[in-house]
Amino acid sequence: MISLEGIHKHYTSDSRRLHVLKGVNLSIDDGEMVSIMGSSGSGKSTLLNILGLLDTYDHGAYQLGDTVISAGLSEAKAAQLRNRFIGFVFQSFNLLPFKSALENVALPLYYQKIGRKARNYRAEKLLDMVGLGERTKNMPNELSGGQKQRVAIARALITDPRMILADEPTGALDSATTDDVMTVFKEVHRTGKTIVIVTHEHDIAEQTERLILLKDGQVERE
Amino acid sequence: MSLDALQEVWFTLNQNRLRTFLTAFGVFWGIFMLVLLLGVGQGLKNGIEQSFSSDVRTSMWISSNKTSLPYRGLPQGRHIKLQESDVDFLKNQFPEINIIAAEEPLGSNFRADIYVTYGQHSGSFSVLGAGANYFKIKKSQNYHYGRRLNDLDEADARKVVVIGTKVAERLFGNEYNPIGHQIAINGVSVKIVGVFYDSGWEGRMSERIYMPLAAFQKTFGKGQNIGSIAVVPHSDVDNVALSERILGMLKERHKISPQDNTALRLFDLAKETEEINNTFTGIGLFLWFVGLGTLMAGIVGISNIMIISVKERTREIGIRKALGAHPRQIIYTILSESLLVTLIAGYVGLVLSVGLLELYNWMTNEYGIELPYFSHPEVDVHIAIVALLILVCVGTVAGLVPAWQAARISPIEAMREET
Repeated sequence: MISLEGIHKHYTSDSRRLHVLKGVNLSIDDGEMVSIMGSSGSGKSTLLNILGLLDTYDHGAYQLGDTVISAGLSEAKAAQLRNRFIGFVFQSFNLLPFKSALENVALPLYYQKIGRKARNYRAEKLLDMVGLGERTKNMPNELSGGQKQRVAIARALITDPRMILADEPTGALDSATTDDVMTVFKEVHRTGKTIVIVTHEHDIAEQTERLILLKDGQVERE
Repeated sequence: MSLDALQEVWFTLNQNRLRTFLTAFGVFWGIFMLVLLLGVGQGLKNGIEQSFSSDVRTSMWISSNKTSLPYRGLPQGRHIKLQESDVDFLKNQFPEINIIAAEEPLGSNFRADIYVTYGQHSGSFSVLGAGANYFKIKKSQNYHYGRRLNDLDEADARKVVVIGTKVAERLFGNEYNPIGHQIAINGVSVKIVGVFYDSGWEGRMSERIYMPLAAFQKTFGKGQNIGSIAVVPHSDVDNVALSERILGMLKERHKISPQDNTALRLFDLAKETEEINNTFTGIGLFLWFVGLGTLMAGIVGISNIMIISVKERTREIGIRKALGAHPRQIIYTILSESLLVTLIAGYVGLVLSVGLLELYNWMTNEYGIELPYFSHPEVDVHIAIVALLILVCVGTVAGLVPAWQAARISPIEAMREET
């Protein structure tokens, strides 16, 4: 289970102090597929960054499974936890342009010091699962948007994480490919993975089990 | 570094070939110039050292001339002649002296003006009488044929000679062994017992012929006069103090004014060697300074290019961090890139510069080219090792700042950047 209690986050920009998250309370069960919605400036990206250990919070409590995530988590420790527990899917895919689909998928395992053979074997299996078994050697610029996002999903899955965090995963895709990608997410969900999707599209949110609506730095409705 | 990590680094470097090449070139050039400069410095030093004779480096050579001051009723301009008895006198007076020997030229000192013949062949060379122990001072003469003159030759006043390689070449041709043959010096027949090479004065010391002093004096009617006395002190003796005392004694003995600085001349090889060594230490330091300066420019170059590279790769590094790269792994990667480029480029620079020096040596040997005061430029193993160590340090230092910057990249900020 993932739980956030009274999470606060401030940002300082141009000597102005912004109170972005104002006491967010949230809990997500293992194996749940939820979506987070909110208008621009509602704090949903900040929440996703904190959930994904890409950013720290100021006050409150965050528990990721059995692990207590402290407010002042070090970058080194965060990197380790991210690698073990969290898989990311981004709107702009964030594939490394000079690596093939296979190498992109295998990359997180490199940081777990897993050998090339084992990495590639697992990456091939996952690319097969997302329907790109024939495209392993393609470079990102040889893939369509939907295919890139499926590579990104395979990459998010390769460390067998506790949770997949997706930030506007269909934001850059047309509606046909959006359906493709959502199908993949649902398939992944059926294998028992927790999936959190940040989106501003109602169609997407409706395909998840639960919608968390964020407004002005607080959870308005679940 | 594991093969896997090496492949990852190699892959990144290969992605940006131009950038990698530019980075590498700075280091390559730095090491290339450093080694080349040091090699050339050594070549100069070798060249100067070769122009020294084969004499023991601590030897002092005393010769005589005309007096420049009147003294005790004797006029100035008096010709002073050193005597064989001076050798025994000095030996008895100064226990500090290890070796002492006399030398007397047949013609004028240092001029090849004695007519020597062998059959139809002839030439003009320097001919000298060499007293007992003389060849202990001409220590590093290299004997191509036969032997040195020895004590028996001197004691029996044998009419034998050792000749320099240039004499042998002129009279006998290049490959012929002249041992046992008779040559005529001013019409007097003498037997050759040795052929030597002496590097002094860039090989001109090999245009000499030496004969035992006793035989020389009898044959050419030279009496007891000698041209110069060579003195080698024991190793713990201060040459300067000893030379002053020797000159003082000799002036007293030959009735020369203590203020007269021209009647006796003393050439101290140790002093000359030391001065030249000091000069070369200075030149050496200067070359290191210039070489390291070039290398420093290389470091700054790499560091700059790496900083730009890290800036360009902000997004990539951010993604890697989001995927779980530890900051330490990022630092390690950037340092490895810098180190790998430095080591490869530096190694190539080292090999090429040493290769160039060797090529020069091979060509000068093959075609017999000789430059004045420049010979066999080389770098020794120690310098190569030091250069390699410098490389490792350079690579690390050059990578440090960019690596530190890379480790501090925030994944969120990085991924927000436009591709």
